[in-house]
Amino acid sequence: MIDILFKLLEIIIVIALLIPIAAMLVWVERRMIGIWQDRLGPNRVGPIGILQSVADLLKILGKEDWIPPFSDRLVFVLAPVIGAVCVLMSFAVIPFSPSIGVSDLNIGLLFFLAMASLAVYSVVLAGWASNSKYALLGGMRAAAQTVSYEVFMGISVMGVVLLTGTFNLREIVLAQESGWLIQTQFVGFIIFLIAGIAESHRLPFDLPEAETELTAGFHTEYSGLKFALFFLGEYLSVTLISSMSVVLFFGGWLMPEPLDSWLPPLVWFILKVFVFVLFFILLRTSLPRPRFDQLLSFGWKYMLPLALLNLLVTAAFKLTGGFYG
Amino acid sequence: MAKASPKVGAIKSALDMFTSQLRTMGLVLKHTFTKADTVEYPEQKPYLAPRYRGRIVLTRDPDGEERCVGCNLCAAACPVDCIALQQTVDDDGRKRADFFRINFSRCILCGFCEEACPTYAIQLTPDIELAEYERQNLVYEKEHLLIKGVGKYPDYSFYRHSGVAVDINGQRKSKGQATNEKPPVDIKGLMP
Repeated sequence: MIDILFKLLEIIIVIALLIPIAAMLVWVERRMIGIWQDRLGPNRVGPIGILQSVADLLKILGKEDWIPPFSDRLVFVLAPVIGAVCVLMSFAVIPFSPSIGVSDLNIGLLFFLAMASLAVYSVVLAGWASNSKYALLGGMRAAAQTVSYEVFMGISVMGVVLLTGTFNLREIVLAQESGWLIQTQFVGFIIFLIAGIAESHRLPFDLPEAETELTAGFHTEYSGLKFALFFLGEYLSVTLISSMSVVLFFGGWLMPEPLDSWLPPLVWFILKVFVFVLFFILLRTSLPRPRFDQLLSFGWKYMLPLALLNLLVTAAFKLTGGFYG
Repeated sequence: MAKASPKVGAIKSALDMFTSQLRTMGLVLKHTFTKADTVEYPEQKPYLAPRYRGRIVLTRDPDGEERCVGCNLCAAACPVDCIALQQTVDDDGRKRADFFRINFSRCILCGFCEEACPTYAIQLTPDIELAEYERQNLVYEKEHLLIKGVGKYPDYSFYRHSGVAVDINGQRKSKGQATNEKPPVDIKGLMP
């Protein structure tokens, strides 16, 4: 009984930390984009603008929560919830530190992939239920994009599974004690990262919500809290993909020996994730959005063969004992 | 080098695509260390040139008299009709504006009035902070517009140049006594 209570407490703490972190990311992103564009970014609310997200939240709470009369009400309301919930569920399998981590699922990696696939429903249903052309086009793009990028995201992490021999994320981290997997799985990491960007609909792969052509894509008709939920889901999934990259390829909370004792494992984990989040923001500031056919042909013609090749080479090395003896 | 086969070309273009994206990101990352161009306005005022077109004032000549003669040319030039005035003539022959009103909620600060003014009376100043909570407060009367100084043309005094007979500093200046002015021609005389 006590165990269950502790677990519940842990879940609540993780969620209670993740959501403010995702909200803070909005401010971090705007500030960093500002710096990279030789501006300052929001720096008025609170010291160096740190309370900007709070102000944004208060404002968005005050907005009218409008459901378009031409929409499919139930699905329209459900879609953003699915998105946020799927991303939050994925965090259940992520080991944050040796002692923190909601679930030690033995198929953690598969669970993550499954949740990432389910998150597509949010976007597709939002596009469909909105009953508007922009939203529908956005939803369709999201479906095509996610289906194609899902494929080689799965294949790219199979190299990791081959080398560590487990789907359990905690064990994958522990298997990296002798050396991070980025050393041997560099190609896999690049492919995973690109697929992750596409999964979280971030620039340069934000075609489902391409502002210039689709107004706001699948969330064109959303406002108020429901829009905030989409926003939250996007920033949570940025954090999720960053965390997954760290867990799978950068040794999770592990650090090489002299550094390891300087800071607690959780802090190392958060620092690594933050570097990835900054990388996501850098991508957004610097790269233009490809055309949709370019996006798909890039996925199927380059990324998928590359992922398969990576898997093949990894398997060959594993069989001949090339990597870890 | 011989022409590359289509397949090699495709791989090369893919690699070029990749490196160019990385280069872009590197160039953007460099901007972490450049200084922001932002001027943090309320705390840090931007430099405005002396001839900046901001709030409109009515200036005085070096003797401290109003320059404006109420000729209405500014009101005629104004493209948004934000200037209203009425001319009166003093006992000594000096003309001035009875009332002079500028509605700054209409004014587009184009400076046409300044260009039209024959006496350098109406001038635009480098003051841009015109915000008010009440729209009515943006209607400036003559007492709000008139300043003590001479503005951009410190030496110019219209009545010292013009052929109008007026009192300047208490002394009568009759016709023909102004700067560069010849005495009036006696039209009834026979001399050429």
